[in-house]
Amino acid sequence: MSDDATAARAAAADAAADANADETGDVDARTGGPALEVEDLRKSFAGLVAVDGATFSVEQGSLTGLIGPNGAGKSTTFNCITGVHDVDGGTVRFFGEDVTGLRTNRVAERGLVRTFQIARELEEMTVLENLMLAPGDQRGETLAQAVLPGFRDAVRDRERALREEVWETLELFEIDHLADEQAGNLSGGQRKLLELSRALLTDPDMLLLDEPFAGVNPTLEEKLLDRIHALQRERGLTFLLVEHDMDLIMNHCEHVIVMHQGQVLAEGPPEAVRDDEQVIDAYLGEEI
Amino acid sequence: MSDGPGALDGVRRRWDAAATRVFGNDPLLVAAVMLGIYVLFTAMTLVGPSGGDLGAIVSNLQAVTFWTALYAMMALALNLHWGYTGLFNIGVAGFMAVGVYAFAALTVPPSASPPGLGLPLVVGIAGGMLAAAFVGVLTALPALRLRADYLAIVTVALSEIIRRSLLSPELEEFTLFSNLGFVPDVTLGSGAGRGINMPTNPSIPVKSVLYTDPGNPAAGGRTVVGKAVLGAAESAGVRETVVSQFAYTLVLVAVVVLFYWLLVRVGNSPFGRVLKAIREDELVANSLGKDTRVFKIKVFALGCALMGLGGILWEAQRGFTDASVTTFRPLQTFYIFVALIIGGAGSNTGSVLGGALFAGLLFQGPLFVRRIVAHLLNLGDPPSTFVGAAAGLFSLELGGFLAYTVNNISELRFVFLGLVLIYLMQRRPTGLLGHRKEAAASVDLMERPGGESDE
Ligand SMILES: Nc1ncnc2c1ncn2[C@@H]1O[C@H](COP(=O)(O)OP(=O)(O)O)[C@@H](O)[C@H]1O
Ligand SMILES: [Mg+2]
Repeated sequence: MSDDATAARAAAADAAADANADETGDVDARTGGPALEVEDLRKSFAGLVAVDGATFSVEQGSLTGLIGPNGAGKSTTFNCITGVHDVDGGTVRFFGEDVTGLRTNRVAERGLVRTFQIARELEEMTVLENLMLAPGDQRGETLAQAVLPGFRDAVRDRERALREEVWETLELFEIDHLADEQAGNLSGGQRKLLELSRALLTDPDMLLLDEPFAGVNPTLEEKLLDRIHALQRERGLTFLLVEHDMDLIMNHCEHVIVMHQGQVLAEGPPEAVRDDEQVIDAYLGEEI
Repeated sequence: MSDGPGALDGVRRRWDAAATRVFGNDPLLVAAVMLGIYVLFTAMTLVGPSGGDLGAIVSNLQAVTFWTALYAMMALALNLHWGYTGLFNIGVAGFMAVGVYAFAALTVPPSASPPGLGLPLVVGIAGGMLAAAFVGVLTALPALRLRADYLAIVTVALSEIIRRSLLSPELEEFTLFSNLGFVPDVTLGSGAGRGINMPTNPSIPVKSVLYTDPGNPAAGGRTVVGKAVLGAAESAGVRETVVSQFAYTLVLVAVVVLFYWLLVRVGNSPFGRVLKAIREDELVANSLGKDTRVFKIKVFALGCALMGLGGILWEAQRGFTDASVTTFRPLQTFYIFVALIIGGAGSNTGSVLGGALFAGLLFQGPLFVRRIVAHLLNLGDPPSTFVGAAAGLFSLELGGFLAYTVNNISELRFVFLGLVLIYLMQRRPTGLLGHRKEAAASVDLMERPGGESDE
């Protein structure tokens, strides 16, 4: 059953991406081919090899799972892709453009946005302020626009529009009752939701999600996954998801990449990966 | 019976509401604190050596307002760096020095010694601010790319380098462009230890309200306003200089208001939101696509410009600047930090309150106490060492110890400052108002679209 569903979803995503490409110039040049290509990525910390020549690619519009035991190098891979760490070797391409070694903000500007495994909320800012921060290139983000009287009205108009968008997101993520709360007071699961919603508000082309559902209740998790699928279909968004819940991976991902000791051990459709001897040895074992 | 607690609760609620109305209103809060300080200083003047002399009271109130305004101004500027953005700038005194020395170089007449360019006042002020901003950016560019602590080290080192250079005989007078035919020679100077006379300075236009020849009030006559105000003041026993100082202090207060307005506006904007995010977690801001380096450089430049202006206004009252005074030492930066910490980093109103409390209670207050105690108690000659003073304690002769304490109150202020800081760190690390979160948007975010709240 999940087989058919996944295939159908993938087909739908492709079709939607094509349809989208006609309407919005944005996705136009980006149809077909991988959104993200990582080639021979290497990173070590003082002799400890965290990523050891990882090579994989993520199809545009897909929800791809990135799995592997703790310490496999998944988070480090995210950090290398997004310029948080300098890489020791290898290349990262995003829609064909080399983004290796770009600063974190440049990567994000290009539409490749990530969340952190350990949620990084801006503690002393409210949930609303955390989310209002996200949209890129806001009017009023330059000093002159912020201060000079002539710009102020335009800035306020834009902020009102943004506020509306932010409140909708809060409702979707069921954290609207926390709107005025200091982000530092949220629970672990709520912080995860804050991160995910904040990342979505940047209007990205691709999201790297590092265990986004840790501590989130299952009902909401299903709802957010539905939303993710909708974004895949409607806007051709690409997702790379680190997740430990195998059922979730099996039911929702079109493609799975397995990392082990800094390398890609296997990749393919969920079922193929699940039945792969090497993967079972390295990681899954009795879980399946 | 069951009414009792309910009624009490009602009273308490009404009391809380009233308190919030008064103290939730920032201008009123500042006014209340200033009023408290005025009452205290009036009382201290009354029991002090000058007694009930109105002239003395006015003079003292003007002094405490003057220092309050200066510290409030500087604390506000520092709040932009440290409170909003988390930039640990401990070279504030250096940026003040750059501001006022650049100002002097631009405005002092070429005939003076050391000479300047003789440009108009406004040019001098703008130039002083720009120079401070420029030096700030130059320092910050390499340091802002690194971790926060590097900025601290670089700024404190820079402020000392600036001060020492200004004191160095090498820069007492020097000539620029001396061998270039197409540009005229320009001779400038820091005056080294002598300092620079600033005949053109921001206190002059203020004095011109009172005097026809503001540069030399004694020589020229008085304006119409001057005749009225000074006449009234004299009949009340207030000295002429106190009046013109008060007028200048009013200008400082206006500048504090201007700083406050500017910083609130900076804070309540998308720009300010990014500043806050940088303070909280710069990597998050980067991950959302914000080029934080640009924000940090801009905000550093703006804060330094305000510090430069502060330096100009600080020294203008004297009409003179010299780098050997405390104003440009690291100690000055420390004072400004204390003011901001008391008021609460991150809060603009807190910065102003901190400036008032620091200037009033910690900086000026103890000096008054010394005068009062010396006036009221005849303590005789104080022992010259602490051991001598402490020895008296054992023989239960408190007079010697008290005399020693009072005599050294200037230095003991540091002990007192330390105690205040320790207390704040333990009991209220956020200062008076730092716990209060200032909004980081130009609109009320809690106004919920779709009519769920009262829009
Ligand atoms: N900043 C770092 N400094 C030193 N070692 C690190 C750092 N980040 C990750 N590592 C190490 O790299 C390896 C891979 O870690 P990580 O990428 O977090 O794995 P995963 O996310 O797959 O659980 C681990 O051995 C971890 O201890
Ligand atoms: Mg991880």
